[in-house]
Amino acid sequence: MRAFTTLTALVAPLDRANIDTDAIIPKQFLKSIRRAGFGPYLFDEWRYLDHGEPEMDCTNRPLNQEFVLNKPQYKGAQILLTRENFGCGSSREHAPWALEDYGFRAIIAPSFADIFFNNCFKNGILPIVLPAESVDRLFNEMADGYQLTIDLQAQTITTPSGQNIGFSVDENRRHRLLNGLDDIALSLQHADKIKAYEAERAKRAPWLFKEA
Amino acid sequence: MAGKTLYDKLWDDHVVHTEDDGSCLIYIDRQLLHEVTSPQAFEGLRLSGRHPWRIARNLAVADHNIPTTDRANGIADPVSRLQVETLESNCKEFGITEFHMSDIRQGIVHVVGPEQGATLPGMTVVCGDSHTSTHGASAALAFGIGTSEVEHALATQCLVQKKAKNMLIKVNGKAGPGVTAKDIVLAIIGKIGTAGGTGYTIEFGGEAIRALSMEGRMTVCNMAIEAGARAGLIACDETTMDFYHGRPYAPKGDDWNMAVRYWQKLHSDADAKFDKVVEFNAADIKPQVSWGTSPEMVLPVDANVPDPAQEADPVKRQGIERALQYMGLQAGQKITDIRLDKVFIGSCTNSRIEDLRAAAAVVKGRKKADSVKQVLIVPGSGLIKQQAEAEGLDKIFTAANFEWREPGCSMCLAMNADRLEAGEHCASTSNRNFEGRQGYGGRTHLVSPAMAAAAAIAGHFVNIAEEGA
Ligand code: SF4
Repeated sequence: MRAFTTLTALVAPLDRANIDTDAIIPKQFLKSIRRAGFGPYLFDEWRYLDHGEPEMDCTNRPLNQEFVLNKPQYKGAQILLTRENFGCGSSREHAPWALEDYGFRAIIAPSFADIFFNNCFKNGILPIVLPAESVDRLFNEMADGYQLTIDLQAQTITTPSGQNIGFSVDENRRHRLLNGLDDIALSLQHADKIKAYEAERAKRAPWLFKEA
Repeated sequence: MAGKTLYDKLWDDHVVHTEDDGSCLIYIDRQLLHEVTSPQAFEGLRLSGRHPWRIARNLAVADHNIPTTDRANGIADPVSRLQVETLESNCKEFGITEFHMSDIRQGIVHVVGPEQGATLPGMTVVCGDSHTSTHGASAALAFGIGTSEVEHALATQCLVQKKAKNMLIKVNGKAGPGVTAKDIVLAIIGKIGTAGGTGYTIEFGGEAIRALSMEGRMTVCNMAIEAGARAGLIACDETTMDFYHGRPYAPKGDDWNMAVRYWQKLHSDADAKFDKVVEFNAADIKPQVSWGTSPEMVLPVDANVPDPAQEADPVKRQGIERALQYMGLQAGQKITDIRLDKVFIGSCTNSRIEDLRAAAAVVKGRKKADSVKQVLIVPGSGLIKQQAEAEGLDKIFTAANFEWREPGCSMCLAMNADRLEAGEHCASTSNRNFEGRQGYGGRTHLVSPAMAAAAAIAGHFVNIAEEGA
């Protein structure tokens, strides 16, 4: 997994609440058995005027010019600024995969849906929760070429005017993200504890351990 | 010391290790796998040279994009076929049991788990699907996970989790006629909102919940995720034990007796402390219909669609306006005036035998309205289909010009050929009415099976509580 330390990047504002995972990546793309390549289909129904299908070549599809990510000034944005309850809906990890594949590395919102929030950390995306007033202020400050600097170690966001906004990320997740650590390897460090738990549990609930 | 909630008990029973920051390594008793969220997890195992920790704790079934019509010719759509075949080859490679498309036990993963006794009281249950909350109906701690967690659970039989807060939703008193588990849970979501349960595990209790069958309890827990909670729970009681007795994967003999002694403790202690308690009066709940593009946009069937002009909060007003526009509805119009193009009875929310019986009871001797183009009845599993046919329910449906299908997710998410066309209104017993969920531009109204059946016959919504249907 890619480590996240500091990032200075262009911000794209997506001013909508309750953006669900169906909007982030429509369900027809879930049929893929791959992990990469979802970026071109991110927000597919909003981004294009036609109907997208997996494996479709997106280079000549008609764009919805009204949609914010299609505006030239937000090309190359790596930070997404949005509203509350981002990522609600299904547990599909294709949503963070698509965001990551598109190039987003951080998402700022007043709140996130639980499963989506978890999935971000597992895919090297930093979801940042800020109070609604701070998010409002960032939306209001948005101007052409608006960039933010995010420092995960210091847990600060620096605005173009040099103002610092603090945020907090749970210690364990921060450590993993800062070092790009693989979750499974970390858990397998506790293999002895897992085995000890199973031995003890087998006494309490033997029926669970009578497997073929 | 204060007593424990059911959630506290289940959590404490599964902690393998606690980190300094309070996150825990939680032991997972059962993982259910399906074709959509597992291929990349198996791919990850292969790439890292890892193996499943306990093969027999996994059970797989394809459901999301298999056809619900004749299966003799296999799956026409090449992408769907590839996913289903990939699940098959992965299960073969790693030695995991899979119910094949031709197996009578095949069905929607959340219907199959309890039906087989593969998800039991007191277990931790995970699946790469958010409606895993369904299994909480049997006092199991069950929640949906993403694909990397599927891989994690395969490789370690554990997941790293933080404990959620405890919420109790108490539904007091008795529900009136025509008011089902679906109406209860829709009314709950209508009140607390789709983020109302975020950060909580919700335990559902009270007289009206206790009175529900296991099927009804599954309907309620199924939609806990629509209220923002990853897990829903209902305490174990006689109804639970009766349901599991004799199921293929349930314990037998002495093990059964030992399990029952343990399961009897699976309820919140009388003095347990909840972080939040919300109470409802069952008698106040009417049959529900969702009118918008989020499950919280739901109203009693005798109400009128909201008027954004009456909404003071600008964010909410905008939400209502956008939803009305997408749904093609007029502010203030009667819900009973909404005309339906299609009707779907199925999904992991409402495709169990009790749901089919409820629909059949409404339909018996009547016919689909001519204005309704299609009515799909999609049983949750092959065994449910068989049971329904033994009871003659299929005949009641086909006589009414409804289509009787093979089990699967079907039009719940329109990954197979069953879907809405743009602009079509559908009375659906599923759980999500998001934009495009049942097909691009499709307009979903969430309802109970009896309400869906009544709408199929009338061509518009009707108040079944009044009709006495
Ligand atoms: S029936 Fe619908 S909600 Fe349930 S598992 Fe299938 S797609 Fe998901």
